[in-house]
Amino acid sequence: MTDDTLQLGNKTFTSRLLTGTGKFADNALISGMLEASGSQIITVALRRIDQQSKTDNILDSIPQNVTLLPNTSGARTAEQAVRIARIARAASGTNFIKIEVITDARYLMPDNQETLAATEILAKEGFIVLPYILPDLPLAKRLESAGAAAVMPLGAPIGTNRGLETKPLIAMLIENCRVPVIVDAGLGLPSHAAAAMEMGADAVLVNTAIATAGDPVTMGKAFELAVRAGRKAYLSGGGQCSDQAVASSPLTGFLN
Amino acid sequence: MRIKINGRDQDIDTGSLTELIDQMDLPPSSLVVEHNLRLVPQDQWATTRLEEGDVLELLNFVGGG
Repeated sequence: MTDDTLQLGNKTFTSRLLTGTGKFADNALISGMLEASGSQIITVALRRIDQQSKTDNILDSIPQNVTLLPNTSGARTAEQAVRIARIARAASGTNFIKIEVITDARYLMPDNQETLAATEILAKEGFIVLPYILPDLPLAKRLESAGAAAVMPLGAPIGTNRGLETKPLIAMLIENCRVPVIVDAGLGLPSHAAAAMEMGADAVLVNTAIATAGDPVTMGKAFELAVRAGRKAYLSGGGQCSDQAVASSPLTGFLN
Repeated sequence: MRIKINGRDQDIDTGSLTELIDQMDLPPSSLVVEHNLRLVPQDQWATTRLEEGDVLELLNFVGGG
């Protein structure tokens, strides 16, 4: 056990790796991935049923002790996000909701304004609201005031695996937000996740990089190790950067 | 009668939600039903009557990030 825990709403977690259920070649891999990664929170989406392709119930792949985090993907407005959130809560029994409002189909950029509007409504209704955002400090502070349980800035566009492209902006959130900062989207390698944790992110959410790996279970484990390593590095205080060399050995002469 | 199912107008020959779900051969365990913007828990499917012009959303949880 560890006393270094992540608090979201009224729940406490020992894992700082959130995972997603999208893009797995076989949903049967999800439970093994969850076990290997130690992830305690996993996202799911809500969609109209497809009568042609009868798919398995994704919820059957997720153990009871893992917290479901339904997302509002598919929503293009705050109103739609609120509607999806209410259905998701009633249908799944969880208060957790990841707000995802996207109007831009090419880059899948979150619409910060609609996301704030949805957060204001849902937090008042008792949801544990985790908004997916572009890292923007004034917005993050507004979300905090509106009752968001965390903020989830993107590292890079969804599914791109490009890593922490927004690093300086995320650093501002980490330095100034009272609520946890969870880096979501774009983390393609365990080293990206470690870097996010080293800079003080409270957690990361990884879906594509794990789900589309050749071996998602082992990749889940790799991300778990990286997140723990990054967190420990952050807690132990990183060294300072310098433009010049700083000798590690004594500079006194020897043998002359 | 004609109702809207998942955004499409469809003619159905039953006023019973349970019967409709049965006819459509949908898996009840994972089905989420919204009827005229109101979520209908599974234990209320049998007592939910459908009427002309109703709007039905039949949803399920799927993989997502």
